[in-house]
Amino acid sequence: MKKFLIPLFLFFGLVVFLAVGLKRDPREIPSPLVGKPAPAFTLPTLSGDKPFSPADLKGQVWLFNVWATWCVACREEHPLLVEFSKTQRIPIVGLSYKEIQAADQANGPLSEEAKLALARERSQRFLQRQGDPYKLSVMDLDGRVGIDYGVYGVPETYVIDQAGVIRYKQVGPVTPELLQTTILPLIQSLEKS
Amino acid sequence: MKHWWLVWGLCASMAWAGEAQPMADNPQVEARLVVIAEELRCLVCQNESLASSHAELAEDLRREVRKLIAQGMTDAQIKTYLVDRYGDFVLYRPPVKPLTWPLWFGPFVLLALAVWGLLRYMRQRKALVQQRMTAADTAQADSLLKD
Repeated sequence: MKKFLIPLFLFFGLVVFLAVGLKRDPREIPSPLVGKPAPAFTLPTLSGDKPFSPADLKGQVWLFNVWATWCVACREEHPLLVEFSKTQRIPIVGLSYKEIQAADQANGPLSEEAKLALARERSQRFLQRQGDPYKLSVMDLDGRVGIDYGVYGVPETYVIDQAGVIRYKQVGPVTPELLQTTILPLIQSLEKS
Repeated sequence: MKHWWLVWGLCASMAWAGEAQPMADNPQVEARLVVIAEELRCLVCQNESLASSHAELAEDLRREVRKLIAQGMTDAQIKTYLVDRYGDFVLYRPPVKPLTWPLWFGPFVLLALAVWGLLRYMRQRKALVQQRMTAADTAQADSLLKD
């Protein structure tokens, strides 16, 4: 073999490494929660019905979707969720994540009741206008439940199985491709087992 | 001193302030928070530590860590608490495990390879030089240098 070719091969090796590195999305962080039981919580619902906890849906596969009206990417994703909910495949539960932002309290802090009321009003208006894909939504005003679920960028979507185990986590909007190629087949295989 | 009462008043008010401490003002908790948070990555702005980030999530997580400190958790327990939720990614210092072996030991392997290559190259060169220089060559070179 000709010796002068060695640097060339090294160079190509480097190019391959860099190319792979460029293609990877640094925002995609593997969640340690996949394969673990969904963290328990009990939160007030958007509609004001009795509080919801994940144990209420034991025995079915369901989607848990983290959203907020201030979240632009959630709006992008919303029509797809509405479409999907019309198929009545599995229930979607929403987690209204930190609906009340710092800007809402610029004129002084709001009481907990006032926050909940404002968050409900705004979320309901949003769902009336854009369609409501959710079986129900729970209100996570301070983001505490979000921390337990490792939420760091809304929207996030979890697939939770009959036993209450998280099977899949998507950070960022669900796309039609993702729904078709990953989420639906996963639901199917989970329902079979 | 005319305004002694003012000074006294100020000191007294400071003493008052010391009594009802909000958690964020407890210097011991804050010091530990900074030590822990500097080792943790903010997930929203990934090149900032949790201690220095102004992202809302970072604020929430700092509040959470304060609460955990108040609950009497050790630093290691607090880190595990966050890793359980966000993964090893929150740690600036990744743990040593088979998956991260290339990361931790790769540079040393590369260094060893480089040293091995260098030694080989030097040995070859030395052999080459010795091969080329015969006794007659050396004598000739010496005589040339003397002139």
